[in-house]
Amino acid sequence: MDLLERARAAAASVTDPELPPLTVEDLGILRDVRLDNGTIEVAITPTYSGCPAMREIAGAIEKAVRETGAEKVRVRHVLTPAWTTDWLTHVARTKLLALGIAPPEPGQGTEALFGRPAVACPRCHSTNTERISAFGSTACKALHRCLNCKEPFEAFKCH
Amino acid sequence: MATTSITLTETPQVQSYLALADDALVLGHRTSEWTGHAPLLEEELALANIALDLIGQARMLYQAAGELTGHSEDELAYLRDPPAFRNALIMELPNGDFAFTMARLLLVSVASDQKWRSGFADPVLTAIGEKAMKETAYHVRHSAEWLIRLGDGTVESHRRAQDAVDALWPFTGELTASREPWLRAVAPVLHRATLQQPKDGWMQSGGRTGRHTEHLGHLLAEMQVLPRTYPGAIW
Repeated sequence: MDLLERARAAAASVTDPELPPLTVEDLGILRDVRLDNGTIEVAITPTYSGCPAMREIAGAIEKAVRETGAEKVRVRHVLTPAWTTDWLTHVARTKLLALGIAPPEPGQGTEALFGRPAVACPRCHSTNTERISAFGSTACKALHRCLNCKEPFEAFKCH
Repeated sequence: MATTSITLTETPQVQSYLALADDALVLGHRTSEWTGHAPLLEEELALANIALDLIGQARMLYQAAGELTGHSEDELAYLRDPPAFRNALIMELPNGDFAFTMARLLLVSVASDQKWRSGFADPVLTAIGEKAMKETAYHVRHSAEWLIRLGDGTVESHRRAQDAVDALWPFTGELTASREPWLRAVAPVLHRATLQQPKDGWMQSGGRTGRHTEHLGHLLAEMQVLPRTYPGAIW
């Protein structure tokens, strides 16, 4: 593998500190890895404006790419087009379910003021669920509960 | 030794970035003051999340302003005095009770939502807005649900919600360039909340030109004391 391929693989394997099984590639926030005049430039897209994990992720990417032998590394934030949960890969959705977090349904990003999309319980798969709060333990998750199996669960917000 | 404040040459573009950034930072800071004091655990998380969204938006806007002024986001947030802040006055008012906090969040978020959605000629603001509008939609919904619950709740919660809306109304004139769309979005929520929509009268203004209420200085004193006392301090 040449340097660029190694750098790309290293960047793609960096994980989200708040959802450790998920890589930046799974999350769809890794936009581009290129060699620019001797510098490896990695472009990532922020998930939420205030997501505290972005800084750690950028640092981890820089470190991982350096370890492949790259001497000059730059991590760039690309704001547009804005990240959406539609970019979560199929692998990401499977990993979220395994963590007990309901993945977002693609294309549900724009909820009406009082509309509530049905969210399936990650444990029993019932859609007889209700939202407890639109805001959860991190910017990307909401709190729900299943009215069928009675378990509370987190759901990845549609964004 | 305490650091000295920065002075900026404010082109109209810099001023437009700072107005949005200062709105988000000051309201974000006010919202974060609820952390540890919210009436229930879910609300604790919600308010902390909303504050985080707003401060995140402020950071992106300060970074954009920094490209034009040569100042870092930290310098813009921490090393300006009250008259250099361009936020609307409504952002800096103390939180009051929970009804006041939610009523303000609604009145402000409806204006922000419309601002982000209306788009900008400036591509930097458009890019920031693409992200921010999704977050602001959550803020509108959360605050609208609370205001309806409070307004259409008990006699006491109704009274507090009405007092909040009445007290905030004269501060809403600074929020929008065009008031009609904002009124059209706010009115149905007030109606559902069984609250009286105050009549438009004399409006408070001055925030955009740096004439602030006495509250901003106190807020900034708390926000800025650490970086001003220990310049360059890091975690």
